[in-house]
Amino acid sequence: MDRNNNLLYTLIAVLVLAVVLAWAQTGLFGLVSPWNPYTVRIMNLCAINIGLGLALNLVNGFTGQFSLGHAGFMAVGAYTVALLVMSPAAKQMNFFMVPLVAPLDKIQVPFLVGIIMAGLLAALFGLLVGAPVLRLKGDYLAIATLGFAEIIRVVIVNVKGLTNGALGLKSIPGHTNLWWTAAYAALTVLLMVRLVNSSYGRALKAIREDEIAAEAMGINVFYHKMLAFVLAAFLAGVGGGLQASLIGSIDPAMYKLPLTFQILLMVVLGGMGSITGTVIAATIVTALMEILRFVESPLTLGAIHLPGIPGMRMVVFSLLLIVVTLFYNRGLMGDKEFSWDLLHSRRQTKQGVTQ
Amino acid sequence: MTLTEFLQHLANGISLGSLYALIAIGYTMVYGIIRLVNFAHGDLLMVATYMAFYGMLLFSLPWPLVFILAVILTTVMGVTIERVAYRPLRDAPRITVLISAIGVSFLLQNLGLVVFGGRSKAFYVPPFFATINHIGETAVPNLVWFIPLVTVALLMILMHLLYRTRIGMAMRAVARDLDTARLMAIDVDQVISFTFVVGSSLAAVGGLMWGLKFPQINPLMGAMPGLKCFIAAVIGGIGNISGAVAGGFVLGVGEILLVAFFPDLAGYRDAFAFVLLILTLLIRPTGLLGERVAEKV
Repeated sequence: MDRNNNLLYTLIAVLVLAVVLAWAQTGLFGLVSPWNPYTVRIMNLCAINIGLGLALNLVNGFTGQFSLGHAGFMAVGAYTVALLVMSPAAKQMNFFMVPLVAPLDKIQVPFLVGIIMAGLLAALFGLLVGAPVLRLKGDYLAIATLGFAEIIRVVIVNVKGLTNGALGLKSIPGHTNLWWTAAYAALTVLLMVRLVNSSYGRALKAIREDEIAAEAMGINVFYHKMLAFVLAAFLAGVGGGLQASLIGSIDPAMYKLPLTFQILLMVVLGGMGSITGTVIAATIVTALMEILRFVESPLTLGAIHLPGIPGMRMVVFSLLLIVVTLFYNRGLMGDKEFSWDLLHSRRQTKQGVTQ
Repeated sequence: MTLTEFLQHLANGISLGSLYALIAIGYTMVYGIIRLVNFAHGDLLMVATYMAFYGMLLFSLPWPLVFILAVILTTVMGVTIERVAYRPLRDAPRITVLISAIGVSFLLQNLGLVVFGGRSKAFYVPPFFATINHIGETAVPNLVWFIPLVTVALLMILMHLLYRTRIGMAMRAVARDLDTARLMAIDVDQVISFTFVVGSSLAAVGGLMWGLKFPQINPLMGAMPGLKCFIAAVIGGIGNISGAVAGGFVLGVGEILLVAFFPDLAGYRDAFAFVLLILTLLIRPTGLLGERVAEKV
């Protein structure tokens, strides 16, 4: 199988995906109508979670640095987008307790600028947080990043003039659509693939396998860890911003540890250190979050009437995480990746067997 | 601030600090022996308070009996968690065990939400604890001196257990070097189980005290104390019991005095612990009383 054919397959796959997305979002040339908004919303969430999951996987899976600070960076991104993209009138409506600080209450920028700013600001936070904590290892690093995420959240609750405190922000303009989210997911996948197969990616994996050996081989360990951490923070910020615009309202309580846990579940389920795994797991988990709603709604089976149990979904997911770690701790894909060659060689061996 | 006010705050700080210390000991023992941040420790605290709550509400048993039953049941639960979720991963990378612990913590929280409901409930405080004594002009409810007393008593029992009994010697040996301890014919699994017995029962006692001190209980109540007490253990030097006590007091007294001296910062109270943690890790990663360990290649 030569390279050109693989490229062709990839292009066809991307094209098919683009057509499907266009169909779902806007319909095709007025011939077929767009998909129903509920499905489209779930697709949006899937795409955002793919990006967020990959960002976490970059740090936790590829670099082997266990970070639990994802929610903090998402919060930074979400608030940045909300404050930059909302119209001055909407801001005035939100900040009825304490007015918004001076320049921000008049500023309104296009969505793209807001999203990029969200990423950059989150990356800046990543830089500030990473510089001290990335000297730590293992569970200490986990607790320290968790601590920073919590500090970010507490600050958001308290700086009422900037963030509206615990009340949160409502009526954030909904710019997010499938084009934005799919582009975010696709660009993240592309970036990850390019990064992982570059010398940087090999350095990151070397650090994961053995930090001291990597350092002995002349890899600047701290620099590479920082690179991964800041990049992940950037992607988390962008993802957080897109999510805020999709949901339409944010408040600090959203960005507690359970959010990080949800993303971590996708990474662990897919396999730490597999791009394909995260993409599949993010899609499955996001879809399951919706499908499993039936366990929370009342159920009538003939004569038996079961009352709905709210919160049951999260019980299922916590059990899933425990079971996967206990019995299947390499996840769906381990650290393997999807490739056309793999598909092709499998088909060939199958043919070989039948002949 | 007058002297009376200061003493009042100090009394509260010591009370809170000894509560933190009590819970931090459980963390530090488990970490010392299997190098695991037992995320579920804080949630055991919640389980204990709910058991006591329902024991008193549904069966209207006298509170001392209920408290003892709650401690026993929580201990059984803690040991079961170790058996089911941690023991199969004994040889797995530490991060895998950590993920399992996070999973257990979330399972307990979400199960709590499903079984107990998300609404906060009022924990019954027996009149004995609410009675207020006046020392000079400082008002001291019985609970305020009762908590440090319980902590000191349990600490003394624990010290005796660790340094004067065979199982204590085995625990110290396993904490020092698990593989060598196994070669010395110590039943490592049994010792680890016993460590969880001690840790979980301390968490349960801590949880009951927590319920008495902050009588609004909900299924997520264990998360924040859990994190803070782990931080207390790290500040004191993880794996070290005196360190955990010292860390608990530093955190508890510090938190109360911060709010007392700077009322404007009251909202940042929960961030104080994390700031202290990060400073500790950066300046003195082994904590106040921890030994410096050279990294082995």
